[in-house]
Amino acid sequence: MSALGALIRRDIRIAVRVGGGALIGVLFFLTVVVLMPFALGPDLALLARLGPAILWLGALLASLLTLDRLFTADHDDGSLDLILMSRTPLELACAAKALAHWLAAGVPLIAATPVLGLLLNLDGPATLAVALTLLAGTPALTFTGMIGAALAVTLQRGGLLLAVLVLPLSIPVLIFGVAASNAAIAGQLSFSTPFSILCALSLASLVIGPFAAAASLRHGLD
Amino acid sequence: MTLTELANPTRFLSLATRILPWLAMATGILLAIGLYQSAMAPDDYQQGATVKIMFIHVPNAWLSMFVWGVMSVASLGTLVWRHPLADVAAKAAAPIGAAFTFLALVTGSLWGRPMWGTYWEWDARLTSVLILFLMYLGLIALWRAVEDPSRAARAAAVLTLVGAINIPIIKFSVDWWNTLHQPASVMKMGGSSLDKSFLIPLLVMAVAFSLLFITLHLAAMRNEILRRRLRALQMLQASKPVALP
Repeated sequence: MSALGALIRRDIRIAVRVGGGALIGVLFFLTVVVLMPFALGPDLALLARLGPAILWLGALLASLLTLDRLFTADHDDGSLDLILMSRTPLELACAAKALAHWLAAGVPLIAATPVLGLLLNLDGPATLAVALTLLAGTPALTFTGMIGAALAVTLQRGGLLLAVLVLPLSIPVLIFGVAASNAAIAGQLSFSTPFSILCALSLASLVIGPFAAAASLRHGLD
Repeated sequence: MTLTELANPTRFLSLATRILPWLAMATGILLAIGLYQSAMAPDDYQQGATVKIMFIHVPNAWLSMFVWGVMSVASLGTLVWRHPLADVAAKAAAPIGAAFTFLALVTGSLWGRPMWGTYWEWDARLTSVLILFLMYLGLIALWRAVEDPSRAARAAAVLTLVGAINIPIIKFSVDWWNTLHQPASVMKMGGSSLDKSFLIPLLVMAVAFSLLFITLHLAAMRNEILRRRLRALQMLQASKPVALP
């Protein structure tokens, strides 16, 4: 247990230090959202209507951007081999690494949502709804993305492949995340149904992700 | 002959060489019968002659899912039982599955134009099949990204199994998503609501396409084994010390 705690603390510390790249995700998120009005035109009503979708897309792309960091740095400096050889089960180590990655790279995205919602002309409750769905949904993005990151690290040129492998897997999360946010804003449809499914997706990926990632690491890194 | 005996590639090759001509012949005959019956099938009272696209479209769509199932079983064979031919089977199936999915999309699109007035609709069924197509392409990209076949096999097996979990999720979530936004224009086509004059040709075509898949798959597996042997021989050749004059 203390080994896992140490792993989480170490990963977070590395992520927020110089060269860690945790906050690059937030910067990218901000840039994507700022680009949208240039493409769609500064129509405030339109932006408010598309706001949840834009925020969700931005968060999805931003989490994809930092996913590469999950295993490659450890693979490069050899600490991934130590994790593989340690007595801690690899599945738990993977889960701990993903949790640390989510805390370092996912939570800042959620924290940035209110500011970005302001840019997109979303009112308070709408921003809150998007932030809430992101809080429930981004763990699923991290934990399914971890599978792709684990596959990519075992390949020589995996970085390009990562996005292609991960994006189709994250489609259900995107669908239910945007559906829940829109339901909360429009108020006609039930918010709890898509939101529960979103939570279920996160929980399911919490179980499947570490096992699949550990399997591909174990098989891929001889 | 059991599955373990087939683990010997040479034995598999001899068996495949013996079966393939018969399989190809059976496929050809069934396809001819199916196509003839499809052509002879009456026009639909609403859709006219375009209903005949169904006889090509439905078997393709069915196989697009079925091939992923075959690959999932083969992936289990790779990861769990370490069957030496399992990864050959998985690798050979991926492009065939992608082709079936692509044909299902194209025929569906051609059918959608006269029926729905549009080539593409963000309908539940269409979207889920498109995602399936993307997953096939990602899988093929993964196969091609790694040089060592056995290492590529294990990575692809993990992805195939994860994708297999994801397919029903995609299917249901998109169904649900669409009922929220717009009335779904899913074709109502339960087995019971289909008239016999359509059902029989459709079933013949489905069997014919399944046989077509088995034939292509066996041939592709044979080619893959030969390709790997060739690669091994080339590596051997390259590693030989050059004889000095």
